[in-house]
Amino acid sequence: MPPSPPTAGTPPIVRGRPDAPAPDAGTSLRVEKSLLRFNTCGSVDDGKSTLIGRLLYESKALFDDELAALAADSRRSGTRDGEIDYALLLDGLSAEREQGITIDVAYRFFSTERRNFIVADTPGHEQYTRNMVTGASTADLSVILVDARKGISAQTRRHSFIVSLLGIQHVVLAVNKMDLVGYDEGAFVRIEQDYRGFAEQLGLLAVTCIPLSAVHGDNVVRSSAAMPWYRGPSLLTLLERVELDEFRVAQQPLRFPVQWVNRPSPDFRGFAGTVVAGQVRKGDAIRVQPSGRTSRVARIVTFEGDLEQAAVGQAITLTLDDEIDVSRGDLIVPADQPAEVADQFETTIVWMDEAPLLPGRSYLLKIGTRTVTATIAPLKYKMNVTTLQRLAASTLELNEIGVCNLQLDRAIAFDPYKTNRDTGGFILIDRMTNDTVGAGMLHFALRRAKNVHWQALDVNKTARAAQMGQKPCLLWYTGLSGAGKSTIANLVDKRIHAEGRCTYVLDGDNVRHGLNKDLGFTDADRVENIRRIAEVAKLMVDAGLIVGAAFISPFRAERQMARALLGQGEFIEIFIDTPLGVAEERDPKGLYKKARRGDLKNFTGIDSPYEPPENPELRIDTTNTSPEEAAEKVIAFLQQRGTFEAV
Amino acid sequence: MTLTHLQRLESESIAIFREVVAETANAVLLYSIGKDSAVLLHLAKKAFYPGPLPFPLLHVDTTWKFRDMYALRDRVAAEPGIRLIVHLNPEAQAKGINPFTHGSAVHTDVWKTQGLKQALDKYGFEVAFGGARRDEEKSRAKERVFSFRTDQHRWDPKRQRPELWRLYNSRKHKGESIRVFPLSNWTELDVWQYIERENIPVVPLYFARERPIVEREGALLMVDDERMPLAQGETPVMRRVRFRTLGCYPLTGAIESAAETLAEVIEEMKRSQSSERQGRVIDRDAPASMEHKKQEGYF
Repeated sequence: MPPSPPTAGTPPIVRGRPDAPAPDAGTSLRVEKSLLRFNTCGSVDDGKSTLIGRLLYESKALFDDELAALAADSRRSGTRDGEIDYALLLDGLSAEREQGITIDVAYRFFSTERRNFIVADTPGHEQYTRNMVTGASTADLSVILVDARKGISAQTRRHSFIVSLLGIQHVVLAVNKMDLVGYDEGAFVRIEQDYRGFAEQLGLLAVTCIPLSAVHGDNVVRSSAAMPWYRGPSLLTLLERVELDEFRVAQQPLRFPVQWVNRPSPDFRGFAGTVVAGQVRKGDAIRVQPSGRTSRVARIVTFEGDLEQAAVGQAITLTLDDEIDVSRGDLIVPADQPAEVADQFETTIVWMDEAPLLPGRSYLLKIGTRTVTATIAPLKYKMNVTTLQRLAASTLELNEIGVCNLQLDRAIAFDPYKTNRDTGGFILIDRMTNDTVGAGMLHFALRRAKNVHWQALDVNKTARAAQMGQKPCLLWYTGLSGAGKSTIANLVDKRIHAEGRCTYVLDGDNVRHGLNKDLGFTDADRVENIRRIAEVAKLMVDAGLIVGAAFISPFRAERQMARALLGQGEFIEIFIDTPLGVAEERDPKGLYKKARRGDLKNFTGIDSPYEPPENPELRIDTTNTSPEEAAEKVIAFLQQRGTFEAV
Repeated sequence: MTLTHLQRLESESIAIFREVVAETANAVLLYSIGKDSAVLLHLAKKAFYPGPLPFPLLHVDTTWKFRDMYALRDRVAAEPGIRLIVHLNPEAQAKGINPFTHGSAVHTDVWKTQGLKQALDKYGFEVAFGGARRDEEKSRAKERVFSFRTDQHRWDPKRQRPELWRLYNSRKHKGESIRVFPLSNWTELDVWQYIERENIPVVPLYFARERPIVEREGALLMVDDERMPLAQGETPVMRRVRFRTLGCYPLTGAIESAAETLAEVIEEMKRSQSSERQGRVIDRDAPASMEHKKQEGYF
């Protein structure tokens, strides 16, 4: 039903119709207001759209032509018997509207005399976790709706868990539809008690419960005459007064991720970025992490002129007293209050992609202004977000949340997520699709990352290779089963061994008898299989050997990972390019027949994909090439790159 | 010390500009001369101070903008450190496409949508900054700050990336491009209050003056030059009007107003009962018409 017009007692509101109190032109123009971002959780059934619609309506954030369009839309869709259906207002894309689904986060804006507000609303049920996490990531406060008739539901628990995971400090439990329980205090108190017990389990501390009726406007903007027993603030009053998250991080030591190095001329070198915790003053002693170098702040430069100090949220440019090396991705902190530095962490990950998370695979990880490579260790568990139970899992599917360790290719400076979202929250990016596939929160560094240091050994790869008179390398044979990888690898190895070279061949079947006998053939296990082999091959190359590795290795991402582990020019990708028809025809181990019968699952080329290399060092089509000729080509390539000459 | 909402919005926009320049090559700022472009340009100058703007401005012209708009554009282009590229779709020029003979839909598509694509391809721009805001229109409320376009410049609502915290993923495949909207979280009122606070020059058409007006289908159109064909018996009448948005003069409706100064415009805005897009003729074509235009590559 449409909201009734505001009555006397409505707080003065700025962007207004003639019935709103006239703002004082002389002063109100200059009133500088703060900005609160919040998100709303709940379904249309809980009256969420009606609640947001009412907040927008009562704060005059809806214009007449928007209201008219909404009324026309409501008549057309007929979902509310001709009454205004606020769900339509919050439901933007026509593609979604036609299908009756919403898959996204919508942002709406309104303001009062005290504050401006941005509401992130996540409508619909599809992709709910992903969207709610996105909307909640920037929120200072969450409004969780429950229906007074139903009380705390599985959905309420799910929303509350995500809110706690995202570290939102303030939660409002909006107990809606109080009109339908006769504005009964007992009903409200029972729900409040229920919820406080649950919230405590989650570690949610600042919880405010408000009984309201969005349809009639009770306790939304003004206090309700129907519920004199409720002495707390109305929802809007609370939103106007609650402390911003900025306030909390302002008390912490400085964190300033360097976003961009500004070098307009040889005599100016500034580090541009946004203060994400604490404050910075001219002359402060600072430390640059992870390098640990120290200096002092020389200037705080802005377009308006230099500042003496800058606070959380300000975008500024710092110059330093010393010419020390600072680049994008570094973190500037107080010299005596540094962040932690580590390369291994325990994290919680929310998966946001259709393709599942595969432990062992490497992803790009972006935290603050730094992007590094991250490898995900096997999952410790995934969460049932409704029961809070921990479940065993080997992968995460879309919208699932799990806990796992993470290994980076280099150390980064960070704070635990619960201390600071900006220095502890990260996204994961797929290296092939470039999509944002996950979001995560760093909890703590693993002790061994701090305590296990790389031991520098005196006899190194160069020394060993020099003694053997060869340049070590890894010949990575990839291709379908039956393409001839092992046969060719074996021939190459025999030939160069006969010439007195130090070699080794890692074979797909052989490693599965030992090192990898615990792994199967799911995508996740294939990724881990290749990861282990790549690490072993790396050690062998380090030992100075010419290593052959013959593995189907169907995914580009893992071959890329193996390549990244080795030095420049050491990884030689050899694509044994044999059409599926030819390989199946050969079927030396009878595996294709089994797979076609359905006796063998996840068989590459049949029911599991093969991603051919895009730029292999060598490509050999074995349709019309004998294994001997193929081996010849590989050896010719090795000769050409100087493999058999001393380093 | 807590930042005011305008400071918070300003910092967020500056960070977005810097992130793009740090992570991508060959960006351009789409400059359409209006109030949002003015704010966008001002923020960009702040982001890279004391350095110059690390990217050029691009105006996709239609030859049908208000004369006052061209005057401001040329003034901005003459500022030190500003490089302005003006693109005119040669096909539209050759055919003399105009809103009167060809209608608003064809005019907008050929000059603006096709023109923009041509210019982006011609200069190989990978990232284009635009002044769109989420409060403008329903389909914009869900728009990302970093909006990805295929190599055909198409926008696929289902393939946009989630944006968490202040983290933006700017990685893309060759040929794809990104539209970046640093003003996503600003409202129309924020824009005006910021223009006032920062004393940013804007086109005088935003302020009420006596202007020659004809009324057509309820829209108040300004007769800005002699190219506007007048119907028999139609005479321009001087009326006190101003514009809330600016575009091609034959497609932009004025509103009657007495707001002659910035303070009065802000005051009027606070009391306004209709949305900003009301004066735009192109939005009325069909329901969800903005979304269709966007999918085809309109900004």
